Amino acid sequence: MGQIQLNQVTKSFGDVQVIPPLDLTIEDGEFTVFVGPSGCGKSTLLRLIAGLEDITSGHIAIDGTDATDVPPAKRGLAMVFQSYALYPHMSVRKNIAFPMRMAGIDQAEQDRRIEAAAKALNLTDYLDRRPGQLSGGQRQRVAIGRAIVREPAAFLFDEPLSNLDAALRVGMRLEISEMHERLKTTMIYVTHDQVEAMTMADKIVVLRAGIVEQVGSPLELYQRPGNTFVAGFIGSPKMNLINGPEAAKYNAATIGIRPEHIDISETEGMWQGTVGVSEHLGSDTFFHIQSGLSPEPLTVRASGERKLKYGTEVYLTPQADHLHRFDQNGLRIE
Amino acid sequence: MARSVTQNRKIINTSAAWAVGLLIFFPILWTILTSFKTEAQAISDPPVFLAFDWTLENYGAVMERSNYARFLWNSIVIAGGSTILGIIIAVPAAWSMAFVPSKRTKDILLWMLSTKMLPAVGVLYPIYLLFIKLGLLDTKFGLTIVLMLINLPIIVWMLYTYFKEIPGEILEAARMDGASLKEEVLYVLTPMAIPGIASTLLLNVILAWNEAFWTLNLTAAKAAPLTAFIASYSSPEGLFYAKLSAASTMAIAPILILGWFSQKQLVSGLTFGAVK
Amino acid sequence: MATQHSRSAARLMMAPAVVLLLGWMLIPLSMTLFFSFKKYLPLRGDSMANGLEWVGFANYARFVGSSAFWPSVQATLVIVGGVLVITVVLGVLLALLLNQPMWGQGVVRILVIAPFFVMPTVSALVWKNMFMDPTNGLLAYLWKFFGAEPIAWLSQASLPSLIMIVSWQWLPFATLILLTAIQSLDGEQLEAAEMDGAPSIKRFWFIVLPHLSRAITIVILIQTIFLLAIFAEIFVTTGGAFGTKTLSYLIFQRVLESQNVGLGSAGGVYAIILANIVAIFLMRIVGKNLDA
Repeated sequence: MGQIQLNQVTKSFGDVQVIPPLDLTIEDGEFTVFVGPSGCGKSTLLRLIAGLEDITSGHIAIDGTDATDVPPAKRGLAMVFQSYALYPHMSVRKNIAFPMRMAGIDQAEQDRRIEAAAKALNLTDYLDRRPGQLSGGQRQRVAIGRAIVREPAAFLFDEPLSNLDAALRVGMRLEISEMHERLKTTMIYVTHDQVEAMTMADKIVVLRAGIVEQVGSPLELYQRPGNTFVAGFIGSPKMNLINGPEAAKYNAATIGIRPEHIDISETEGMWQGTVGVSEHLGSDTFFHIQSGLSPEPLTVRASGERKLKYGTEVYLTPQADHLHRFDQNGLRIE
Repeated sequence: MARSVTQNRKIINTSAAWAVGLLIFFPILWTILTSFKTEAQAISDPPVFLAFDWTLENYGAVMERSNYARFLWNSIVIAGGSTILGIIIAVPAAWSMAFVPSKRTKDILLWMLSTKMLPAVGVLYPIYLLFIKLGLLDTKFGLTIVLMLINLPIIVWMLYTYFKEIPGEILEAARMDGASLKEEVLYVLTPMAIPGIASTLLLNVILAWNEAFWTLNLTAAKAAPLTAFIASYSSPEGLFYAKLSAASTMAIAPILILGWFSQKQLVSGLTFGAVK
Repeated sequence: MATQHSRSAARLMMAPAVVLLLGWMLIPLSMTLFFSFKKYLPLRGDSMANGLEWVGFANYARFVGSSAFWPSVQATLVIVGGVLVITVVLGVLLALLLNQPMWGQGVVRILVIAPFFVMPTVSALVWKNMFMDPTNGLLAYLWKFFGAEPIAWLSQASLPSLIMIVSWQWLPFATLILLTAIQSLDGEQLEAAEMDGAPSIKRFWFIVLPHLSRAITIVILIQTIFLLAIFAEIFVTTGGAFGTKTLSYLIFQRVLESQNVGLGSAGGVYAIILANIVAIFLMRIVGKNLDA
């Protein structure tokens, strides 16, 4: 079990309120990702749930019981830290055993769980090494192993992949998703990388300056961003946002259109522009088109075979049914 | 620095450095050599360097001097006791400052260091008076307390800098893993900080062993450590060079050895981390 | 990074150290301050129990007005200044030398550092008897060997002798710190300067020395604080005679030898103020380092 409820939770450091009153429910078994730019309060929020920081006001409930004043050791949650936070003076085996040792689980059961975790995480050959002798990816696995053996109510991940190189990151992403499918335990995962959020989450919580901008499934957020911030943050490359007279034509302060929803033509179309840099990814090509509509160039996705020379005059046509409209406050207009 | 140095240059450097090094070390070397001479050879004209009849009689004579063992024992108790006591008091304080910093942490730390700068002579009489009133004058206990207090700022400081290097996330991980505060300090922090605690211990034993203001002024016969024992040789009756050398060698040998082990920590410990 | 729980635990764990040091500082300090305004001559029957006579600033005026005061200030300045100049200049040169590639660097380092670990009474005594003694000292032999008249170092050249002993003790400290500082100098900077055509003297003057300036400042400040308080070296060698009575030795004599506590305490307050002025500069540097 692992349902986590935040009720009017706030956090202030001195006079600075980093989290204004916040309500959030994370259902049992859900993979929830907190995503936002750095300094948005996502890590603080995770540490509040962990109990490593006191909340300034409000309540946190785990499985329906109030955990606001429960110390971290007693909350039954496991955490994987950004730096892995392995105990450098203990072997891998002792690292993984530590939470069980603290809980007073008997030796035979400890060994059984360690073997199982080591097998699942490919660590069997490394159990007697010290963390210092392991690679980044292996350390990451030890940290996860240490979390798994506790059989916690929920796993908390604090940017666990940000210290790994790009190739390893993709692999670990899959492993963590795989683990979630297998264990069906609640997971809360903090990241600034929206790709991780999109690929892993059941539910994404987009945060900015401590405020929840939008909560929803990855596709909901992608297809119906609630405001210009979420529109710009979710999706790669970013959604094109256009202000001014062109937006006014649609009765909006801002309109947004994703790169894949713009048709490009050398002969005719709604908007005129000049081709700038083209990025050929093989499967797709992204064109950066200079136009008078917005200060930044518009990004347009085309098929991988499409070629346009730098400086070519082109015409763009947005697909009307994929156009997003936002009012002066940046909120979505339905 | 990837640069090649000619062999000649290196030879010149080596001989110059060794010459200077030996010159600086010479008084110590001379003392050690003299301690193995007879009294007559110790003041022979011209001085003999190595070609003398090596003897251990001076060490025997110094050891036999009724109370040498007691001075030595006093030194060990006072230096060791003040250091261990200081570390017991400083570990929790340094833990607090390193892992639960507040706005005042820096000020408290600097204030602690500033007490180390208080000139001893400025508070000599009050301490002397308090020692008489409390019956601490010429006791090992009193001296242990005073030396603990004068070195406490350095102990706190050194432990603080070592603890600071331990990532807070590791302690938080222990907390998440279900460890209580006691278990966190015992199973995670202390094992990780052992090298730091050891070098703090070392440096402070050295400082306490060599302290010579309070040990000279607050002791008479009973609790006097080696510093006072050596000072007693300054009277004319003590003009026996070989025995003086033997006594000196015994007083400095343990510290020289400890000092060589601790030279790495010496710089940051003695400059309060201002030079690393 | 903390919860209410850990914050209160922290306060509790810090308390013993803070309370002890606060007591160690405040109690004697306020007593010294108190005595400095009183006539207090225990040998003439003054005692706390009988009440002490309030004399205002008379002790302060008398301490400064006494015939021993200005000579002691002079002796203090000469010793502190002399030792500082010798240890810093030689320390820089030695650090430069030790930083060069050579064989047995570790051993040389140990030889150079060794005097710092010798207890002050030992080094004072060894120098006084085995080196500076006018008949049996090694220096006397050396003088005679060159046909010169041996010098009674500690009476004829008392201040230079004392400076020499104390410099020998503190040179390792300066060298070690400056060597550590030199080792943190970026080698590429020197190579860049070499490419720019700077000869080695100029490289030292424009790159190495400025890099060392902070470390030199720290050496000067820390040594000043300790040198103002040197005691055992004077106690063992001259006992304050032959013009080697420094300010702190004068205070020591007033307090313990002539038992004029009021006068000595007034002197103590001067010493505390003096040390604090130096300490403020040192604390500033340390404090800046804490922020970094």
